[in-house]
Amino acid sequence: MENLIALLIAAPLLGAAVLLTGGRRLDRVGHWIGTLLSAASFVFGLILFVDLLGKNAEHRTLIKHLFSWVPVAGFQADATFRLDQLSMTFVLLITGVGSLIHLYSVGYMEHDERRRRFFGYLNLFLAAMLLLVLADNYLLLYVGWEGVGLASYLLIGFWQHKPSAATAAKKAFLVNRVGDMGLSIAIMLMFTTFGSFAFGPVLSHATQASEGKLTAIGLMLLLAACGKSAQVPLQSWLGDAMEGPTPVSALIHAATMVTAGVYLIVRSGAVFNAAPDAQLAVTVVGAVTLLFGAIVGCAKDDIKKALAGSTMSQIGYMVLAAGLGPIGYVFAIMHLVTHGFFKAGLFLGAGSVMHGMNDEVDMRKYGGLRTYMPVTFITFGLGYLAIIGFPGLSGFFSKDKIIEAAFAKGGTEGWILGGAALLGAAITAFYMTRVMLMTFFGEKRWQPDENGNEPHPHESPRVMRIPMIVLAVGSVFAGGLFSIGDRFLHWLEPVTGHSEGHSPVSAWTVTGATMVCLLVGVGIAWAQYGRKPVPAVAPRGSLLTRAARRDLLQDDFNHVVLVRGGEHLTRSLVYVDHTLVDGVVNGTAAGFGGLSGRLRRLQNGFARSYAVSMFGGAALLVAATLLMRAV
Amino acid sequence: MNPVNYLYLAALLFTIGATGVLIRRNAIVVFMCIELMLNACNLAFVTFSRMHGNLDGQIIAFFTMVVAAAEVVVGLAIIVSLFRTRHSASVDDASLMKL
Amino acid sequence: MSPQLAAYTTSTGEAFQFWVLGTVAVIGALCTVLMKKAVHSALCLAGTMIILAVFYLANGAYFLGVVQIVVYTGAIMMLFLFVVMLVGVTAADSLKETIKGQRWLALLCGAGFGVLLFAGIGNASLKEFDGIGQANANGNVEGLASLIFTKYVFAFEITGALLITAAVGAMVLTHRERTERAKTQRELAEQRVREGKHLPPLPAPGVYARHNAVDIAGLLPDGTPSELTVNKTLRERGQIRDVSAEALGDLRALEQRAEERLERTEIEPATFKRPEEASK
Repeated sequence: MENLIALLIAAPLLGAAVLLTGGRRLDRVGHWIGTLLSAASFVFGLILFVDLLGKNAEHRTLIKHLFSWVPVAGFQADATFRLDQLSMTFVLLITGVGSLIHLYSVGYMEHDERRRRFFGYLNLFLAAMLLLVLADNYLLLYVGWEGVGLASYLLIGFWQHKPSAATAAKKAFLVNRVGDMGLSIAIMLMFTTFGSFAFGPVLSHATQASEGKLTAIGLMLLLAACGKSAQVPLQSWLGDAMEGPTPVSALIHAATMVTAGVYLIVRSGAVFNAAPDAQLAVTVVGAVTLLFGAIVGCAKDDIKKALAGSTMSQIGYMVLAAGLGPIGYVFAIMHLVTHGFFKAGLFLGAGSVMHGMNDEVDMRKYGGLRTYMPVTFITFGLGYLAIIGFPGLSGFFSKDKIIEAAFAKGGTEGWILGGAALLGAAITAFYMTRVMLMTFFGEKRWQPDENGNEPHPHESPRVMRIPMIVLAVGSVFAGGLFSIGDRFLHWLEPVTGHSEGHSPVSAWTVTGATMVCLLVGVGIAWAQYGRKPVPAVAPRGSLLTRAARRDLLQDDFNHVVLVRGGEHLTRSLVYVDHTLVDGVVNGTAAGFGGLSGRLRRLQNGFARSYAVSMFGGAALLVAATLLMRAV
Repeated sequence: MNPVNYLYLAALLFTIGATGVLIRRNAIVVFMCIELMLNACNLAFVTFSRMHGNLDGQIIAFFTMVVAAAEVVVGLAIIVSLFRTRHSASVDDASLMKL
Repeated sequence: MSPQLAAYTTSTGEAFQFWVLGTVAVIGALCTVLMKKAVHSALCLAGTMIILAVFYLANGAYFLGVVQIVVYTGAIMMLFLFVVMLVGVTAADSLKETIKGQRWLALLCGAGFGVLLFAGIGNASLKEFDGIGQANANGNVEGLASLIFTKYVFAFEITGALLITAAVGAMVLTHRERTERAKTQRELAEQRVREGKHLPPLPAPGVYARHNAVDIAGLLPDGTPSELTVNKTLRERGQIRDVSAEALGDLRALEQRAEERLERTEIEPATFKRPEEASK
């Protein structure tokens, strides 16, 4: 059974290899190869899942030692996979959602001449992501981590003929590097602290290390998570990453890769549990990001960017939950899974809308689409209800639990975090309602473009509709399935541990408050976008709106502080190098040159001059001799 | 008179010879100055011989003379061949050691 | 005079001789350095050497004294003179210094060195004088011979080798290897004809047989001296004497003498004025 774990990764890896090296011959069948291998991986995952379910809760960890990777004395890195409940959850999410999106892409990328390559990249992503979640040590995880970064880079810049896409890919790659550096430093710290970076030794001995070191490791892991999961302060790349094809946004930048940071934090829970300061930092990052992303999401007119802001915000929820410690780990993962369903569904819906609207992304040019694409409308609507936390749908269960857990943190922190989460819920309701209203309700606002091509909104082909429907079903029922009887809790508890916090407010109060927030958010959105027609050109808006449109000035901040600062730093370093370092070196050289030039004049070639020196030397010798005698 | 005066005289002659070597450009005169220095040394040796009451100093002076004779032979030969090639006996003209 | 005192001082005669001849020797040495012509330098040096020979004799080194005169003054200085003649007897050196600072440096070093030597000699306690009388008891030459052929026999033999080497070296240095057969008179004449230059023999030097006239260039019909008339060696040494001025001087002297003899007064331009003044 353990061998299936290796096959799990091998299938998409094989797909990537075949598709990327196969050449044009595979153009006609390449997408089906990719989809089939992805589905095969999902089937393997299902088999493993069933196998795990059949086992006792304590024995649900499968270890597969593939080969010794770097065996050097005290430095042992093995290609070993660990499949436990946490990995299993991710495997199913990745391969399941991944397969659906493969299927969707078959339709979405139909007219793209580089579709084979696209599927190769998608398979590469799946393989890397599976490697990330299945790795049994941090070094192997790092390989997967970099692999998904690479796949993300390749896919964001897939339409590399667009300068904006190329730039966005580069930006994502660069920002991710900052986080990756954090991860590599964390791994090095682990090695120096524990002498190993395998999950087993590190996590079981976490409590034995000093808190300072653990805090350092935790903060570095947090930095890594921030980079990968687009959390403040490394959040700036996610919005631009929407330049990639929509299936990519759905799979990588909504459902799976961006949640790798959450996985990392939850996986390293033992470290964070022993380092409260790092944990606090995690919650702060999560809370800030969930508000940040939500605010950005409110102002965007680009449907994908609005959804990207939403993704950022929802991952903020997860990170917040992960930072709460054992109270929140399970809910972080649960929200991650449900979010995987509904956000992927929303993105696919957005892709479907774009597909029908000649790739138009501006929501102000949509309107009234519900009659043109009913399936998209219904699936998108279900996803919408799920994300805002409509009672009974997945988002309701998972987000509610996180808000509860935030309050259960206790003390002032609990109130602040819980309040932020509640506020975030209200804003979520607002911006999602806004997206919904601007896209599917109201009057149609599209115009013929300059070439006179008027979009003809139409429903997407079946191959795209099926994934949307499946995901919509998941969005509706996943939460309930997980929550009723605390199934998900019991499933994950052996890995993450769980403790009930002592919430100062009762669960029902929290639910009630969430409902009130929800209604307020929806109400405001309805008042603003439902009752009156949406202007085709965005009004100037308040200062906050304008800032939010510019992603709350994140790029400006980065530019002013990092780019300018870096430029000034390098300029001053160059100046120092030119004047001081070169000055010293050149000065020494010039000094020696000048000295030699003067000394050279002594060598005038006249024998008599040399004789004078000899004679003078002889005189000095005599003088020295006499002096020595005198002394 | 103390015979040490011979030594002073030798020192004086030696110094004059050495300065002459440094000042004169004509190779022949330079060579004569060298002979002067050698002779000054010989005088010192002879005086030493007298001071110590044995003949070793004179033997050294004798050998000095022999060596000086050999040196003169070779040195003058060098001057002659130098003059032949350069048509000049100036030591400054032979300044090929300069870069 | 007690024997001990005799060891410390010399006789008055020797002292007198030292001061007089010593002064002459120093002057000779200075002249050697300062004379412009190499011949004069060589002669001054020879004088100094003779005085040194006298000092050797005075110091009881009879053999060395004689050798000094015979070998140094007789052989070596003659060799010098020979070379001087080869290079050019009349050539006078300029004593002007060409290397900047050389003279002052040389004088400074010389003075410093001399002072140091004097200080060293003065500093040494040279009060004990054994005198050479004991060593010369069996005769100076015999004493030297017994030392040379016993104690210093190896050095002596090596000296012989050195002299042989020096002689061979001198020959090698001055010997010019002929790389081709010497041209015969006939070939030289043919070459001259072929080149078409100086078909006749070279012109003779000037006719003023007042000096060694080979160094005087003959005059061309227009009165300018022709260097061709002078020997090649002298030409290269730059020892051609220009007598054009001399000839004019001689002519003037001749005219003057003739006038004196004829008691003719020199016609001066001023004399033309006198009649005018007289007529006034």
